[in-house]
Formats: sequence, C-alpha cells, structure tokens
Amino acid sequence: MSLTLFLPQDAAALALGADAVAAALSAEARARGIELRLVRTGSRGMIWLEPLLEIERDSVRHGFGPLEVSDTGALFESDFSDHPKALGPVEAIPFLARQTRLTFARCGVIDPLDLGAYRAHGGLKGLARARTMAPADIVAEVTESGLRGRGGAGFPTGIKWKTVLEAEGAQKYIVCNADEGDSGTFADRMLMEGDPFCLIEGMAIAGLAVGASRGYVYCRSEYPHAIRTFGTALEIARGAGLLGAGFDIELRVGAGSYVCGEETALLNSMEGKRGTVRAKPPLPAHTGFMGRPTVINNVISLASVPVILAEGAEHYKSFGLGRSLGTVPLQVAGNVKHGGLFEAAFGMTIRELIEDICGGTASGRPVKAVQIGGPLGAYFPAQMFGTALGYEECDAAGGLIGHAGIVVFDDSADMGRMAHFAMEFCAVESCGTCTPCRIGAVRGMEVIDRIRAGDPAAPAILADLCETMRDGSLCALGGFTPYPVESALKYFPEDFIPQKEAAE
Amino acid sequence: MTREETPNAQRAREIAAAHAGMDGPLLPVLHAVQHALGHIPRETLVPMAEELDLSVAEIHGVISFYPDFRTEPGGRRMLKVCRAEACQAMGADRLGEDLRTRLGVDWHGTTADGAVTLEPVYCLGLCACGPAALVDETPVARATAERLERMAREVIG
Repeated sequence: MSLTLFLPQDAAALALGADAVAAALSAEARARGIELRLVRTGSRGMIWLEPLLEIERDSVRHGFGPLEVSDTGALFESDFSDHPKALGPVEAIPFLARQTRLTFARCGVIDPLDLGAYRAHGGLKGLARARTMAPADIVAEVTESGLRGRGGAGFPTGIKWKTVLEAEGAQKYIVCNADEGDSGTFADRMLMEGDPFCLIEGMAIAGLAVGASRGYVYCRSEYPHAIRTFGTALEIARGAGLLGAGFDIELRVGAGSYVCGEETALLNSMEGKRGTVRAKPPLPAHTGFMGRPTVINNVISLASVPVILAEGAEHYKSFGLGRSLGTVPLQVAGNVKHGGLFEAAFGMTIRELIEDICGGTASGRPVKAVQIGGPLGAYFPAQMFGTALGYEECDAAGGLIGHAGIVVFDDSADMGRMAHFAMEFCAVESCGTCTPCRIGAVRGMEVIDRIRAGDPAAPAILADLCETMRDGSLCALGGFTPYPVESALKYFPEDFIPQKEAAE
Repeated sequence: MTREETPNAQRAREIAAAHAGMDGPLLPVLHAVQHALGHIPRETLVPMAEELDLSVAEIHGVISFYPDFRTEPGGRRMLKVCRAEACQAMGADRLGEDLRTRLGVDWHGTTADGAVTLEPVYCLGLCACGPAALVDETPVARATAERLERMAREVIG
C-alpha cells in the first residue's frame, strides 16, 4: 500500500516542528508497511495551523494541524479521517477561502522544486506568452495591469521597466530585491521557499521586456532556507533550459544590514561596497548595477508578473481599489491569534483583517495598536481601523502600507518604548551617509527619554528633530522613522508620561 | 604571490582568486572566507586585496559595515534572537533579558566556555510565531530562554 501526504518545509513550519513530524510520519508508515511519499511543500500561510499536514481525497486536499509528533500514530489509526486535529477541506478554511490567490496560487500546494508540478499548476504560461510578444508590448501589459512596487514605495512597475527598455546600454540587469528586512513581513521568504520558479519566471519575463540578459537576486542572510531552496531552483531551471544563454540569474546573499533593502544601498552592496545609500538622480534605471541600466523590483512585484502575462492585465486589475490594483499579500504578525499570509484585493479595512479574519490577539487581550509597513511604518490605534489597506488610503491616514506587513500589539504594549525602539533601530541600521539619520536617531532616543522623564521642553525638540529627519534624510530609513515615533506620541501620549517609564 | 603565507591567508587567496571574475565579488568572497575559517582573520586581508585588486582599507571598511562579518572567532554555536517589533509584541524583550542572564553575556558576546555567541537580529521572517530565533540554521518559533539555551548548548557532533 502506498500513501501520499503533503507537509510544509517552510521555515515557519520547521520552526514549529515540521521536521520532527515528518520523521514521525515516516517511522509510523515504515512500522505499518506503508510506502509513504511525503511531499514537502511551501506553507499555505496559516501559520497558527503549522505544521499543517494534507492528504488528497477525490482531488480535494484535507488538512490536519497544528500537528505534534504525538498525533501521528492516531492519524494512521484513523486512516487520516476522524482525528481531533482534522480541519476538513483545506481550501474551505475561512482564512483561505476568503483570499484571492493570484501570486501565491501554488504556494503550499506543490513541491517547490518540482518543475513539472509548477507547469501543471499554470506555471510558465506567462513566459510562453511573453516570448511571442514585442518587448514594448510586455511593458505595456504590465503598465496596464496597474502593478505597483510591492516592496513599499508603490512606484508603477511598468513605468520603471519602460525607462530601462528605453535606456541605452549593451548590458542591462534585472535585480530582485529579496532583502525583506521589515519586521512583520515574510511574503518574500514564503514565496522563495514555496514557489521559487514563479520568481524565476517573473524575472525571465522582465529580462525579455527590457532586454536584460542577466538577473540577480539579493537575498538577506537571515533567510538560510530561502537561500537554499532558491539556489536549488536556479540549478533545476538551468538544467531544464529555462535559464542559461539567453537569460541567467545569480543569487547574492546580504550580510545582516537592514539598509541594504534600500535600492541604491543594495546596488552598492552587490558591487562589493559598504551598503551606503546613493543620492538620486541618477536613477538605477539609468545608472544601476555596475553603472548600467537596471530594473530593481521586489520579489512580490516580480512574482506577480507571470499571472499578469498569463491571465492578462484586465484580469489582474479587476481586483483592487482606486489606484491600488490587483492583489496584495497581507502579512499579519506579532500578537495575533490567526497570523499568517492573506492575499487579497487591495481595499480591505484593517478592522476586517485583524478582527474578523485573524481573530484579534493571541493573548486574548484587546488590540491596542497595529504597526503597518515595517519599522518605518506608523502605529494605527483602534479608532483608525476603518482605514482601507491601499497605497493612497494608508498615506491619507498618516502612514504607509509598505511591504504590507501588519504587526498587532495588545493593550500591554508600551508605545513610548516602541517609539524609543524605532529611533534605536534607526541608529543601529543607519548607513551613516546623511546627518539627519546618523545623528538624528541617537538624539531621538535621548529626547524620547527626556519626554518620558517629564522634561516639558522635550516634545517640541522631538517634533523639530522629526521634521529634520523627514525632510533632510537621503532615504526612507531616516526619512520615515518619524512615522512610528510621531504616531505613537500622537495616539498614545499616556505612554510617554513619567510614571510609566520603562525599567531601563 | 609566492612568499610564505599562513594556511588561513593561503585559503583566503584561493577563495578570492576563484571569485575574481565576478562583478562585485567582495561579499561572496567574505562569506566564503568566513564559512571556511569561522571568521575573517586579519592575515587574510592582504591576500584578498591583492587577488581582487582592492585596498586593504576598502576591505576593512566593508567588513566593519556588515553585522554578519566577524574578525574574531565566535562560539561553537551561533544563537540569533529576534529583537524586532513583531517578536517584541510576543515578549522578545523579556526573552532577550532572560537569555543574557542565563548565558552570562551581553548581545554580541560569547560565553566564557566558548559554547555560544549571542547575536541580536532584526527579523527572521517568522513574525506570526514569535518570539523567534535561529540556532545556527535551525529556526525556533515561540522561543523560551530555557529551550534556546538547551539547544545552543547541545554538544555538536
């Protein structure tokens, strides 16, 4: 008798014990004389259910989770049906059923390194179509789709590509920014671990569109599993002729610096220099890697391209709100009951996402605030949870959607301490090139300490300092650190008064 | 170069020479040297500089910019603990304090017996199951100080 089971190998599933469960399943199968085929997939993104085991019955995947080693014996006893951890059909679980999975359609479903499965699930259709099109037509299709940079800045991807297509240069590059350093974000990691061929396909299409024969993926070193999976995927793609003479991709690994997620610092890092920020102009589209025309896009922007080419721009832009078109992989993290990755059309409100879909906090206490867009994003208090999740909508509310990571805090959070941490993080990670960021972050920590010690002159100094950092910094690190600081002070002034001063 | 070199310097020279054809080879070279030798000893700078046609100062500048590169040996295991916001929302501050007390070191420190180096990191992408940590390359979710110390002190081999 043989049996096929699906179990994630995503880093979050591994962190929650997936390998131990895999070993237990194999041992059980062996003891029962069952020939087990255990397919290691990416994650579906329902992190609270990991490790999430799946079995296919009548073409429907049924799930069991979160699994522990001690569950495995009973799973075999019950013949994978009636078990306390049974979840029923996986795609009927409301968290998954309410999503629109375009970019993450295959993530958690297939073996990420099985090129045949990738093709069978719709992969390579976009590239096949792109090969029949003129470069300018590919660019036009991406522009028409409304796709904007998913790394945070929200710049229209098609416009960026057009600039590089029209730039003069014998050698052009596609650079994928996989330096996903924002706390609360993990979409890039999940995609590189769960569907790496999708990123490869997106980059190959970008190469055709702008006339680039070389691509680079710059992945942060904190993601050893993504590096391994993606590196293996590159070898498989080369072996299959998907990469090679016409277009090839090289994987580069960062070295622990947050600011290298800024595109010009990333280019310096790839060139083997300190990861300092360059002044713009010149734009990377004209003077990028090695001084040559370069497209720099986030992982999710590039991984959204195959479905746009496969299904057409009209289909993609039929989702979304206003000028935020298509879908966005929202990542809900921190103190949240049902955290994970939720891909949906732009436009859902914060409240719907956090309370209806994610079930509030993990601690069961009231939600005090959410931080949207990473360490440079604003804190939103509960009274602003009616804000829709879109580029302009978050901007109008005094924040930014960024890479769409949303970190939930319960009412035990000390927002004065979080504001201090925002300045501390900026001080740790500053590249040192511009004064407002390098000096301002250190002064910012001191001034927040003074506010919390009751100095009546300090709030005005902080406001002035934040203005200087916002207007005078070279990049978003110094320029956006005021977002979390000022939103924390504005909405939670009670956390800045002396009696609540933290112990240190 | 034919003059007498230490084994570390020779190894770094070989690694650098093998990467010399790349565009922007320095980070891959430094990663490879650190992987081979455990850290980047001072004596490797000159051979790397010669092979890559860079100055020693440039290489020193790059090493000192990036948190991953170390010029002194670390512990037998590397314990990276996330200090970023999502993990803070789940008690990372307390976890960090407990670990520093248990191990008797501050951030970036190595225990007196050379077993463990404790490094802060700012996000491991395990933000929906925090607080998170990496013990060498093993990811840990919902980490406790007791569990991390036990994992980090497990005898290698």
